[in-house]
Formats: sequence, structure tokens, C-alpha cells
Amino acid sequence: MYIGQGIVRQDGRLKVTGGARYAAEFDVPGCLHAVLVQSTIPAGAITGYDTAQAERMPGVVAIITHQNAGALNQHKAAQQTVTHPFLQDGRIVYNGQHVAVAVADTFERAEAAASAVRVRYAPSEAVTVMDESALSRAYKPKQFQNGEKSPDVSRGDEDAAFAGAPVRVEATYETPVEHHNPMEPHATIAMWRGDTVAVWTSTQGISGVQETLASAFGLPKESVTVVCPYVGGGFGCKGNTWPPATIAALAARHVGRPVKLVVTRPQMFTSNGYRPKTIQKIRLGAGRDGRLLSIRHDGFSQMSDPMLGEFSEPVGVVTQMAYSCRNVAVTHRVVPVNQGLPTYMRAPGESSGMFALESAMDEMAHALRMDPLAFRLANYAERDEQKDKPFASKGLRECYSRAADRFGWRQRNPTPGSMRDGRILVGWGMATSTYPTNRRPCHARIVVRSDGTVLVQSGVQDLGTGTYTIMAQCAADRLGVDIARVSAQLGDSRFPQGPVSGGSATAASVLPAIEAAADALLARLAALAALDPHFAQVPPADIRLDGFDLTAPGRRVPVLQVMARAGLHTVDAEGSSAPGDAYKAHSCHSFGAQFAEIRIDPDFGTIRVSRIVSCFEVGRLLNARTGRSQLLGGIVFGIGMALQEETLVDRATGRIVNSNIADYHVPVNADVPDIEVMTVDAPDLATGALGAKGAGELPMVGVAPAIANAVFHATGRRVRKLPIRVEDVLA
Amino acid sequence: MTAPITRRDLIGTSAAAAALPMPSLADAPAPAAPAAPAVAALTINGQVHRVAIDQRTSLLDALREHIGLTGTKKGCDHGSCGACTVHVDNKRVLACLVLAHRVEGRAVTTIEGLAQGDTLHPMQAAFLAHDGYQCGYCTPGQIMSAVSLVEEGHTQSEAEIAEWMSGNLCRCGAYTNIRAAIQDAARAKRA
Ligand code: FES
Ligand code: FES
Repeated sequence: MYIGQGIVRQDGRLKVTGGARYAAEFDVPGCLHAVLVQSTIPAGAITGYDTAQAERMPGVVAIITHQNAGALNQHKAAQQTVTHPFLQDGRIVYNGQHVAVAVADTFERAEAAASAVRVRYAPSEAVTVMDESALSRAYKPKQFQNGEKSPDVSRGDEDAAFAGAPVRVEATYETPVEHHNPMEPHATIAMWRGDTVAVWTSTQGISGVQETLASAFGLPKESVTVVCPYVGGGFGCKGNTWPPATIAALAARHVGRPVKLVVTRPQMFTSNGYRPKTIQKIRLGAGRDGRLLSIRHDGFSQMSDPMLGEFSEPVGVVTQMAYSCRNVAVTHRVVPVNQGLPTYMRAPGESSGMFALESAMDEMAHALRMDPLAFRLANYAERDEQKDKPFASKGLRECYSRAADRFGWRQRNPTPGSMRDGRILVGWGMATSTYPTNRRPCHARIVVRSDGTVLVQSGVQDLGTGTYTIMAQCAADRLGVDIARVSAQLGDSRFPQGPVSGGSATAASVLPAIEAAADALLARLAALAALDPHFAQVPPADIRLDGFDLTAPGRRVPVLQVMARAGLHTVDAEGSSAPGDAYKAHSCHSFGAQFAEIRIDPDFGTIRVSRIVSCFEVGRLLNARTGRSQLLGGIVFGIGMALQEETLVDRATGRIVNSNIADYHVPVNADVPDIEVMTVDAPDLATGALGAKGAGELPMVGVAPAIANAVFHATGRRVRKLPIRVEDVLA
Repeated sequence: MTAPITRRDLIGTSAAAAALPMPSLADAPAPAAPAAPAVAALTINGQVHRVAIDQRTSLLDALREHIGLTGTKKGCDHGSCGACTVHVDNKRVLACLVLAHRVEGRAVTTIEGLAQGDTLHPMQAAFLAHDGYQCGYCTPGQIMSAVSLVEEGHTQSEAEIAEWMSGNLCRCGAYTNIRAAIQDAARAKRA
């Protein structure tokens, strides 16, 4: 079995030698460069452009504005929440909205031309920041979780239970606007041939790009080819097809030449979404015995003008299943302000929502004078009480005990401020994490070639998660061939269709499709062998693939020989899969327990994470090496959320003031301590044949609350707003 | 670099800067058009490339857009992420902050020049073994910095490595694996 082993990444060598080509790096002859121009006011209308000067600059081919762009249709595709392609009208709804694009023969010239475009505006009133005073604008989202779920959910009678609860905790928590900031900025190269267009673009979903561009330009889907073999990080901001991709195609059509459009780092803050700011009101009621009697979670999340689409941070979805409790009420509201459209960002709703819920749980444990872990165990959910379904698998108890043991949780002195290392305050905190196991329909193809190699293809993406490698592992296992023969190909819309890489769903979606393709291929090879004189009289069902030979009792013929005799250079087969009945009959989640140790300098208030220990239950770990990296990386993302990341807006202009990767702080090497990850290896056979659950988002979910709870333990201060900063802990 | 003008001085003419909401800017003259492109002879990985490039062209864009060496990555174009790290005369340098014309006559090494034929540089091999990446986009810069770190003698402890590698952002969060890779490669070199 290759599955499970720490096989070195198939794409590793290309990545360490600079050979992996990302979207902006394809050599398309005659390619021009495009640079976006963005609005400088948060609300109003464009009254005119002065483009003459820019147009006269050397090398400039076109300045495209809404006045000469030509009409596009709205963006439409499965899971596409971004509907407006921009450059269609003069309405401005946020500062940083794309209002023009300059096209020139070199990047420098396009950049200079973009800076010479002048835009005239008639400004109007704007609300640029979501705070308590903006909550009066809140409304119920119309497309909550792509319209698949209701924003308001309840069970029992939360009001009455809370009123009667002997111990009550009630608080408001806040999470800020955060930006994904993948290291590779979004980029697209677009090239038209007649009425067909090819794009090389950085995306988490090539099929979404294909459908979205087809809808925008009124083309059949087959007329759009999308290529994306590598993605330099996405974290959600490349899950939708955002206007820059459409604008690149529009510009290429406008000038009749291929065009490359790379979003600059500052523009990344207004071009492809962000995690919206949330304000979350939570109240918990409990008995003195430590049993939860009621949970209420009201979430408000920042939204743009609805003209752009809709996204709501689903902070209360986890609240419905995290603990055993009879009376639960959850609501979600969105608050429109003059900012861009928010979107999914790693563990959207789970990480922001669990910061609030797991902080509140810590507050309740403290109020009850209970150990935070014991309090959680006292309210352990044996089944999903909201869906009223059993969990497909739940190894959380084991996660708690293994991580707690490893961390040394028993040695914790519960009194805040009691643990010190010299003059340094030490804090220990913990939190639960969970993330749904998502699975989507997927197709795959396997090709055997006459040179003895095997290709496994699917139109999925590898965001650095190891998709290439696990695809090869899976195909090699199912076919029973040496993995050295097998290579994976993905990220091309000409391959069988795959789903968007989001919601930690890729592995659980693509592997069953590969297994189906492998089975179909084996059947095809057997049928072919049955025609071979060596297998005269042998029914195909008795012919097996062994190594790279076709065999039946007493006979053995190399596959390549059978193919040669049949005059075939390749043999291929396709397979597909979709979530099955077992999946639907269960509540499918991965789980984890996360423990953090932090150190605070009492004089300077500096907060350093010194240790993180986590144990996860992610079903079967498909590749020990890449899986571990994913878990580690998620924890690092959580450290950023806890202590560093926040996008700041100038209230007067609605402009983001830290729109660069130096002032928007993300964890650097020295911010990251030793991290220990463990996994409970428990294949979850209800979610898929290989038993994999997602691992990309789960590991960040509990990090911010574990750190916030550790800050409380170190200082006695409850910080209910992320990121936690020096000023929050200084006296 | 001893250049009197670095690209930092020119970055102010970007589209984003022009978008500053200052009323006077609408009437401001556009930046003066620079002189026509001129040929620069750049020595990259031991090979001389003659390219006609703008005075404003960064070494990073010269590599990626004009010479076709796309292994060096652009993460910010502003000196804050380290993705563009290359070696100029064996010192690590941010290629986005260097004007290409300024490195004529100097030896530039990029990630493409690190391996000897099919044999990976030990630092590349260590990154492979330790899975010191995920998406791979920061990786060329990390490796170029890491190679310098060993030369600079900043690999005495894990904490020292962490400190001196902190100019190379990795949003995938591969830091602990990156440290392990560097420790391994440094140890092998000392041995
Ligand atoms: S691209 Fe040069 S430091 Fe970021
Ligand atoms: S590997 Fe993705 S940014 Fe470092």
C-alpha cells in the first residue's frame, strides 16, 4: 500500500528547482501586460475618465474603462458567489474597485500608464467600517452557504433554558477583516482564438473558471480552456473566479492579443475577497454540575454592497453540533458596508466561530471552577444533535487525552497568573477543533501508455496539499503497479471534471473517482487480454493485473505485449464518484484537540507562542509527509489569526491602510515555535472508500481560541477581540 | 548594492500610489517617460543574456519576463516577502529591489543555477526530504536564502536559523520543516 506512506511529493523536484510553472509564468508569444486601475473613493459614481495622456505613453496599446469595455454577462457557476465582473458601469461601491485596465507591451509601461489614468467621481455617502453602530443595517443572508442551509437554526427553547440556568456567561466577541495573502498573487494569462479562449490562471477551481468565463462572455463551456498546474497558495481567495480573471480575458479580446494580468500585492487586498469582520454575541447557560443547558450564538458578518454577490461568514454552524446541549439557537446576519465582497478564508466560520464559542466555553469553565478539558468532556456530543444523525466517526475523546498527556495538561495550575518562568508569565489554554468532511462529485481518467507509464488525470487542483502525490498513490495501489510508473496530471479543464478545491474536499472527492477509473481500466485490460491468443478460453473476469503483467492461472503476459498485439499505444478508462448514501446518513466531521502555551513579558506585553500540541482525527492520513505539513501549516495560519492578522481601514476614505505584506502581519519563521502534531488513525469508511477526511482547514480551527484561553490563563484578562495585541495584556 | 538609485525610489509611480485620494493628484503631471529601453548584458547562472530593457525594469522582472527564468518568484514586488531572493556575487539579494541595469558585470545566481545537472544542491535535496514547502511558491526564495545562511554562518541553532530566515515569508506555514531542512544541510556541510 502506498496510501498512508510518506511518499515524497511528485512535484517536489520541480518546486525546489524552480521548474514548477505558476499561472503568470507560461510563455505565450506576443503577450501584452495589463495593470488594473482602482477606485479612490468608497462610494459614488464615475463621471468621466482622462485617458489621453496614458494612451500616448510609449508601448501603450489600450486603456479599457467601463465606457469601452463592451458588455459582459453576470458571473455564474456552481459555488460562484462573486457575480459582478466590473468595468460594466460607473457605480462605485468600495475603495479599490477596479475601474480601468491599462494594456501595454511591457509590465513597466503598463504600470506607468495605469498610474497616468485619471478618473473623475461624484462621491456619495459611505459606511466603510462594520462596528456596533452599523449593526442596524443587518439583514438575513439570502444565499447562506450557497443557499444550501438556513441562516437561523434552533432546537429546544434557548430563551427559557438560559433564563433558568444557575450559571450564565454572556459576551460579545470580534474577529477582524483578514486577507488570505497567498504568496502567489492572483494572475491570469488570456489568449483568444476566434470564439474560444484559453486562460492560464491561478485558481482553486478550474471548472469554476471555465463556467464563469463561459457565462460572462456568452460562450459554451467547451470554448473555454483553463490551465492551472500549480497554485501558489489559495486559502479560499482563489476559490471563486474574481473579476481580474474576467478582465484579463476581456482585455485580450479588446486588443486582439494575449494579455497577462498579475494583481499587485496591494491590489490583492481589494481583488479577491477577504475574511469578513465578525461580531458574535454568545450566551451559555449551565448547571452547577457542569452540564450545558443552553447555547445562543448570534453572528454578524461584514458584507459588501449586494451588487457584487453575497457571502456570509457561517460562524454558528459548528455551534450546532460541537457539544451536547438541548437548547440551542443560532442566527446569522450580514451587514453591508462600502468594502469589497468577502469570501471563504481557511475554515470560514469554523475558525472565527470557534474563537467565540471556545472562548465562551473557557469562560464558562472558569465560572464553574471546572477544568476546561473536563468541562468539554462533560458536554461531549455522542451524535450530531442538530441533524439528529450519528457521526460517521468521532475520535475526539482520544484526541483530547493524547494531546493533553503529551502537553502535560495535568500539571496546569488553574489560577490565572499563577504559572511563571522567572518573570515571564506562562499561560496554558486549550480548544476543540472540528471541520465538516466535504465530498463532491468528481471524474478521473487513467491512461496506460506503450512506454510503460501510467497517467492519472483529473481536473482538480493541487494547492500544495499533495494532490498530485496522493492521486498517484491511490492509482498505484488500486492497479497494483509500482508507483514509479505512475504520474498524476491535474489543473487542466481538458481532463475529466473535478470539483473546486475548497472545504478540504479534494482528497475525499478525487480518490474514489480514481478508484473507479482504475477498476474500469482493469476491466478494459482484461477484456483486451481475453482477445490475446495467450488467454484463449479464459473469461475476462479471471484475468488479473499483477505488477505490470496480465495473468490468469498458468499464464502471464506483460501488459505492453497485449497492447502491442492489439495495435494500441494507449489504453484508458474513466471513472467517477459522488457522495453516497452512507455519507448522507451520517454527520461527517473531522476533529481535533489543540493545546497552546504562551509566554508574556509582563513589562512589555509581548506575547510569544512557545509550544503547540495538537492531536487530530482526520480519518486515514493519506500521505504521512504531506498530511503532516498540512496540519502544521494550518496551525501556523491559526497563530497569525490569534496574534497578528488584521486588515485596517481608514474610516473616512474606506481605504485599506495596511495593504501590503509588510504591514499586514503574517507569521514569519521566528514567530513559529515547535509544533507537535499527532493523528488518530481511524479510516472513516462512511465518507469514502479510503476513509479520508479533510485536513486543510481543521488544524487552524482551535488555535486562536487555545491561544486566547492561554492569554487569560497567563494574565487573568479575557481578550474577546482578535488579534490579541500587546495593548490588550498590558496593565 | 551600491546603486545611488534603487527601485524603491521608483516604486512610488505605481498604480496604487496614483490612487491616493489627494485632490491635487488629478492635475499632477504623469511621470516623465523614461529613456528608451537599452541593452543590458546580464550574467545569470554563468551565462550572458543580452536583453533590451527599460531603466525601470527590476532584476526580478528581467529574469521572469525577459529572460524566461521564472523560478525566481514575485510575491510582493516591494522587498517584503523574500520570494525573489537570488544571489548577486554570492550574496543574497531581493531581486525586486534591484534595477536590472545595475547588475551588469556581476554574477547572478538563481534557483535554476543551483543544481549541478541532475544532482540537486544539498539544500534543495534537504527541502525535498523534509517537505519544506507546500505550494512551493516561496520555495526558491527560501532555498536561496538558506544557502546564504549557511555561508553567513547563521545556522548555529534552530533559533538562529528562525531569526535569519524571517525575511522569507511562507504563507503555507512550512517553517518548522524549513528549519529542519536547513539544519540538516548545514550539518552535512560541516561534517
Ligand atoms: S517579491 Fe521581492 S521581496 Fe517580495
Ligand atoms: S510553500 Fe507556499 S508559501 Fe511557502
